[in-house]
Amino acid sequence: MSTTDGPTLIPDDASAQEIADREAKMRRRKGWFPGLSDRWNALPRQTQWLILIVVVVLAYLLPILNPPLITTEPGNNWQIALAQMSVYALVAVGLNVVVGYAGLLDLGYVAFFALGSYTAAMFTSPDSPYVHIPYLWTLPLAMAVAMFFGVVLGVPTLRLRGDYLAIVTLGFGEIVRILATIIPAMKGQVGFQNVGHPPGTDSSGQPIFLNSSGTPWYWLTLTIIIVVLLAAGNLERSRVGRAWIAIREDEDAAEIMGVPTFKYKVWAFAIGASVGGLSGALFAGQVGFVNNQKFDIATSILFVAAVVMGGTGNKVGAVLGGSLVAYIPLRFTAIAEFKYLIFGAALVIIMIFRPGGLLPARQSLLAYGRLAYNKLKGAMGDIPASGKVVLEPGKGSGNE
Amino acid sequence: MISEVIPSLLHSVPVDDTWITFDVNSFTQNFWSSTFDGLTFGAIYALVALGYTLVYGVLNLINFAHSEVFITGCYGVFFTLSALNFGPSAPRLAFWAIVGNLVLALIVAIIASALMAVIVERVAYKPLRQRKAPRLAFLITAIGVSFAIQYTIYWWRGPSPEAALTMFRPAAIFDVFGTIVDSQQVVIVIAAIILMIATDQFIRRSRTGRGIRAVAQDPDTATLMGVNKEKIIVTTFIIGGILAGAAALFYVMKIPSGVQYNGGFILGVKAFAAAVLGGIGNVRGALLGGLLIGLIGNYGQVLLGSSQWTDVVAFVVLVLVLIVRPEGVLGSSLGKSKA
Repeated sequence: MSTTDGPTLIPDDASAQEIADREAKMRRRKGWFPGLSDRWNALPRQTQWLILIVVVVLAYLLPILNPPLITTEPGNNWQIALAQMSVYALVAVGLNVVVGYAGLLDLGYVAFFALGSYTAAMFTSPDSPYVHIPYLWTLPLAMAVAMFFGVVLGVPTLRLRGDYLAIVTLGFGEIVRILATIIPAMKGQVGFQNVGHPPGTDSSGQPIFLNSSGTPWYWLTLTIIIVVLLAAGNLERSRVGRAWIAIREDEDAAEIMGVPTFKYKVWAFAIGASVGGLSGALFAGQVGFVNNQKFDIATSILFVAAVVMGGTGNKVGAVLGGSLVAYIPLRFTAIAEFKYLIFGAALVIIMIFRPGGLLPARQSLLAYGRLAYNKLKGAMGDIPASGKVVLEPGKGSGNE
Repeated sequence: MISEVIPSLLHSVPVDDTWITFDVNSFTQNFWSSTFDGLTFGAIYALVALGYTLVYGVLNLINFAHSEVFITGCYGVFFTLSALNFGPSAPRLAFWAIVGNLVLALIVAIIASALMAVIVERVAYKPLRQRKAPRLAFLITAIGVSFAIQYTIYWWRGPSPEAALTMFRPAAIFDVFGTIVDSQQVVIVIAAIILMIATDQFIRRSRTGRGIRAVAQDPDTATLMGVNKEKIIVTTFIIGGILAGAAALFYVMKIPSGVQYNGGFILGVKAFAAAVLGGIGNVRGALLGGLLIGLIGNYGQVLLGSSQWTDVVAFVVLVLVLIVRPEGVLGSSLGKSKA
């Protein structure tokens, strides 16, 4: 049985009611910009591309434009702020694969971020006694290391219910920090200075990628984000993405429909971890210094807050959420001290009142997204007389 | 390029760095003292683990904010004892004066923790239940509430731990295999065990306990049979809070300098590990799991030579249990236990 066959929906009255409820719920989930996603989808493909190109060009120009009111200056260097925002955005895109697509709560994402940072630092910093490789090589290496640990951690826990994963990742996030303290090779609080950077010098012989210059780092990260977004978009529309969404919506039903849920959960977890490692390596390069103080659990919760704020399951929302989580404390320095308190409270408030976040994801479960969705909507006009509910809501969650 | 990198990578693996050492000598020397200490910590973990287990049994959710329920109790103890002029060195008081002070601190801690537990339930769980939110939403709000509480305390009390308060000077009570067991250890272990037996009997025998078991088994049927589900859920949180408050007193007794805004976090993870090890949802399992995690953590600490290893060891145990026997040592859940 393949997941590419659309489910044959022959609803009876009860399931028609259920579908109507779901529709109503979706209408409620529209978010703060009602109709935006509808209007966007109604645009012709060419116009969509044109708008996207303009947005991307504007994003690249941000460090040069330094727009007033939006800028974090004075207080924080705008270019470096952008570089940090872009790293957070990349983190959020990666975590969104885990939390948003597959519905697995990873509370220790910072651990993968830390693994990436340490990989970059230990293979490029002069403080490290081990072999040194060019910085750009550490990016794929960081992804591989993080992915490896993602699989090691995911295999035992992903067979079980989602809560176990949450607490195990929460513990793992803390353990990586503790290990960085007690394993001498990871140098604890002393850390690694002068982490490497990509090659290249400008006309005056200065390296382009200085720790003090945010713009090149921002451009590099932005480019990587675009590549990752394209890849994530393709995954989302593929068989894998549909399997993830099916797992997120109802794991038991997905399993019964023939989705190898365990396999796809491990994939989601590993892919998410590798993006976390990649962003960690970028972070290490930009900051130039890695020690055990930077990777606490609180940061991990910020990452989750970024995904939830942006809109769980929406990759564009994740970019927005990630940027905002980094941006707000940098722009409004008066409240920077309370950022954990604010984002912790934000998590609760969003989940209760606006579970879709800023940009709610479209609930497109079916193969060809919009097309199939419209088809289904059309088909619902004439509901056949009898039938059986195809997907029954999962029993056993026990929290109604 | 790659052909050069890979062999040199292999050479660079830090094998000769002795980052992990097994100090067997110290382990055999300190075996009994670390056993008694481990049991003391284990009793504290077990009390906190009960809070996780009960809420998990009833709601099928990990209450991430339980560590904050616990730390609220710690602050309750701290403020009571500060008000009673306790200081870093143990006061010279008559026996009954000490007992009176401790009981007062215990009552304050229990009230503080139980109140916090109810607040958590009202803020993080009830609104979502009413909206029939998906599971993920519960976990996210729970962690959000946990962080909001943690950083409210941070904002109020600052990042450093509170001044250490010593309640009484532990006196040697008896001697086992040449190792002294002191009054502190005895008080903690016995009090914890009494509390657990009381909880176990309450759940097994009382009307409310029957309600808790019924809701754990099947919330809908329980409601049809006339059990007030909402009331049962709040009661469960309150019981968890009471036990966490008691654990807070013992924790401050054992580690006077442990009152800190994030002090509950790692203890929470260890207590959860204990709950899983014993069998989550199983009240007796929580006791067994707590004692085991306490022992294993302490042995690991002595064997590996740093107190930070306790957390790592407890975590590794949690992962191993999940691989080998995810239903825990004692297995059965709250709902399935006999009437």
